[in-house]
Amino acid sequence: MINNTIDFKVSTFSTETYSHLGLRNIIEFDRAGIRCGGRVLWSNVNLSIQPGEFIAVLGPNGAGKSTLLKAILGLLPLSEGKLTLLGVPVRRGNHAVGYLPQRRTFGSDVHLQGRELVRLGLDGTKWGVPLPGLRMLWGGDKLARVERRRVQQAIEMVGAATYANRPIGTLSGGEQQRLLIAQALVTRPRILLLDEPLDSLDLYNQQAVSALIRQVSQEYQIAVLLVAHDVNPLLPYIDRVLYIGRGQTAIGTPEEVITSATLSRLYDSPIDVLHTQDGRLFVVGQPESVTYHPHSSHQND
Amino acid sequence: MSTDDVHLSWNVIFDIQQLFAYHFMQNAFSAGMLVALMAGVVGYFMVLRGQSFAGHTMSSVGFAGATGVSLLGWSPIFGLLLSCTVAAIGIGFLSDRRHQTAMGNGVAVGTIQTFFLGLGILFIQLSHSYTENIYAVLFGSVLGISDRDVELTIVTTVVTLAGVIAIARPLLFTSIDPDVADARGVPVRLLDYVFSILLGFTVAQSVQVVGVLLIFGLLVTPAAIAVQITASPYLAIGISILLALLFTCIGLSVAYFTPCPVGFLITGLAFGTYILVRLFKFGQIQLLK
Repeated sequence: MINNTIDFKVSTFSTETYSHLGLRNIIEFDRAGIRCGGRVLWSNVNLSIQPGEFIAVLGPNGAGKSTLLKAILGLLPLSEGKLTLLGVPVRRGNHAVGYLPQRRTFGSDVHLQGRELVRLGLDGTKWGVPLPGLRMLWGGDKLARVERRRVQQAIEMVGAATYANRPIGTLSGGEQQRLLIAQALVTRPRILLLDEPLDSLDLYNQQAVSALIRQVSQEYQIAVLLVAHDVNPLLPYIDRVLYIGRGQTAIGTPEEVITSATLSRLYDSPIDVLHTQDGRLFVVGQPESVTYHPHSSHQND
Repeated sequence: MSTDDVHLSWNVIFDIQQLFAYHFMQNAFSAGMLVALMAGVVGYFMVLRGQSFAGHTMSSVGFAGATGVSLLGWSPIFGLLLSCTVAAIGIGFLSDRRHQTAMGNGVAVGTIQTFFLGLGILFIQLSHSYTENIYAVLFGSVLGISDRDVELTIVTTVVTLAGVIAIARPLLFTSIDPDVADARGVPVRLLDYVFSILLGFTVAQSVQVVGVLLIFGLLVTPAAIAVQITASPYLAIGISILLALLFTCIGLSVAYFTPCPVGFLITGLAFGTYILVRLFKFGQIQLLK
């Protein structure tokens, strides 16, 4: 009798969420919302992401794209709803999450090997120094070998083996980006969060890095959320698009979401989506070109 | 035998015997080498984090501290350690990315720095031993280090090195990539403060050897040379220590046999090596083209 009532309650609160619960979903937003400085960035987000999915996060500046990633990282608390990663509530420092923050590039004065940068992803959170002599006493040598191999694997995965030993500052933007992706991958995460990784790259590298992310995501069943300004270099590779605008979100395939109807609803103003003959999309009349929110610049730090 | 009898001969063993004949030289070598060890390690992280200016500010605050406690009749090293630690906490606060503005980094720190140099001048004026004291603090007094100062240097070195070894990897992570380190659960802010304090200890001790004005010679240049030579952090720290030790030992030895001051010799060696390495790197790049 009691069991029946509980079952009834669970199944009514959200049938859509319940059907996926605990089975295949790696990220689960349940009526989640976040506010920053009194302003609601987005609210009532219901979203389930499966392993191996590659999702582009789009939207105007200040809509809360980076904030979404920070919420998944556990760096910003939700103001409402729930966020579950791999079946457990979100927390900071989760090794299952790899992260590449928004950035420019490393300056030429950064004299550190690319390989060390990747290695920091693995041992950068551990206290103490592995002194070669002392290490042998407690069998740390084997661990060090395992770690070296994993670093090398991550470097090879992104195709950075030829320049991994050079100082990061001397590498090109595309090379730096690959090493940073290797750093995010070295812990073998289940979730990869990339904040505008294509921004500092030329067109060729934008495509190459997108293809690389697609391949890694499928091969290792990693769920990828990639924040981007321009969806076009990503179109051949992504599964779904998450569009954030004016406190609301829309998710689906690019054809479903990037339409005049959906975007006009999100922005609450008329928006046109143009299709070129080679399959590229252009969004015309985005409010970001008209209105600017200076108080929302905090998230582009 | 008095210091006037000292002369360089072709007999190396006799020269070394001469070098360590006096207690003050033994103390100078002990303190100098310990400080070089600290400066080599801490300097590497300082260069990596781009905090050279912070180190220089600490030494200026240390100047006021050293001259201030001299007024009370204490050993300058206590004042140095105390004021550098206070300065370290202040700099840790100012370098917080949440408070950081254009003022926070350059202008404010520069204003504080010059004020404390001025304060140091005031303390020296009040203590009536103008030239001797100011000279020692500004340009170092490694030849006048007492047994107690050496003991204190040993303690500071052990504490600083143990501290750096304990936090080395997370520190490297936050120095290179603070955003990712933060996301991965590294206590970035805490490490900023801890490193700042360890840097304060190192600055305080380095002032004994090369003085407030020549601090870059021990703290920055060896590390800056090391990162030019290698991009591997462990190797770079090793080279940085080796160079700091080398400059200090050669500086002390040459100063013993010649009228050249130690501070000049250490900074001169550092400068010369830096120029050589940069020229060599420049030549390498030209050849590759």
